[in-house]
Amino acid sequence: MLDDFIHWLGATPLSQLIQKVFWIIPTVQAVHILAISVVLSSMAMFDLRLLGLAGKRSSIASLSRRFMPWLWGALIVLAASGSILIVGEPKRALGNLSFLLKMCMLAAAIIVTLGFQAVLKRDLEGGSADLAPAHGILAKITGLLSLTLWVGIAVAGRLIAYTG
Amino acid sequence: MFDRFLQWLESTPPAIAISESSWLFPGIESVHVLAIALVVGSITMVDLRLLDINLRERPVGELIAEVLPWTWTSFAVAVFSGALLFSSNATKYWGTVPFRAKMLLLTLAGLNMLAYHATIHRSVDLWGRRAPTPRAAKISGGVSLGLWIGVVTLGRWIGFV
Repeated sequence: MLDDFIHWLGATPLSQLIQKVFWIIPTVQAVHILAISVVLSSMAMFDLRLLGLAGKRSSIASLSRRFMPWLWGALIVLAASGSILIVGEPKRALGNLSFLLKMCMLAAAIIVTLGFQAVLKRDLEGGSADLAPAHGILAKITGLLSLTLWVGIAVAGRLIAYTG
Repeated sequence: MFDRFLQWLESTPPAIAISESSWLFPGIESVHVLAIALVVGSITMVDLRLLDINLRERPVGELIAEVLPWTWTSFAVAVFSGALLFSSNATKYWGTVPFRAKMLLLTLAGLNMLAYHATIHRSVDLWGRRAPTPRAAKISGGVSLGLWIGVVTLGRWIGFV
């Protein structure tokens, strides 16, 4: 089934175009990496703050307001550029173990982020100036999980080129 | 002379290990990408502040002091991992246009940063707290952003030639 889809996708005119024009794939990959640098740097700053390792002068709420728009904005760019890469080389990504692992980690990272943002929002709406002190452990777990997942996503992404 | 150096580099034990191993190159390459992501991401934060696009409430001097240690640490990792990758096939990489162009842009980015710190940054206490940054700071941030986008693009291109 997956093989049929890969075959069909690879035969579409758009895929053929991406395969034929030599500069599309490297250029889109460069855009993809630039967007990853935005995500990784933003999330590293935010997660290290959650872990209490950096940026302690700023509140978690203010850093969240600062970095979350960059995360979601860059994720849109990543989804768009990633889709182009998949359409251009469906066989390379779909069915590739690294790609599958990357998508699972991506889903987990998004769920962790949305869950934490929901908790933070509720605390702020409840009149707290920042994340409620009772959620300190949750912040540390979130920071560690998120950081690990984003690093894993970047590594798995690079390994797509090497695994089948 | 330089060719001899490249050949010697390729014959060093780490270089041979990397080119013979099936996982060392991808592993080091992953570290290289992670380090570059942090270098470019952290520099972008400063560049966007200099361009007056982002973080306008943060004093420029303070932002740079906070971000720069992360940039330099990541840069050191990127250079070290990059040197290892380069050594595994030095002659080939040196012969490619994207590699040479990337090194050129890296040098220009370094010079741009030096120029910024030697001139405009000296008076950062005078202008760094206000929202409209001086024209020279904007130019410096814009040039830096453009050069680093070029570095990443050319870096990815090395794998295609």
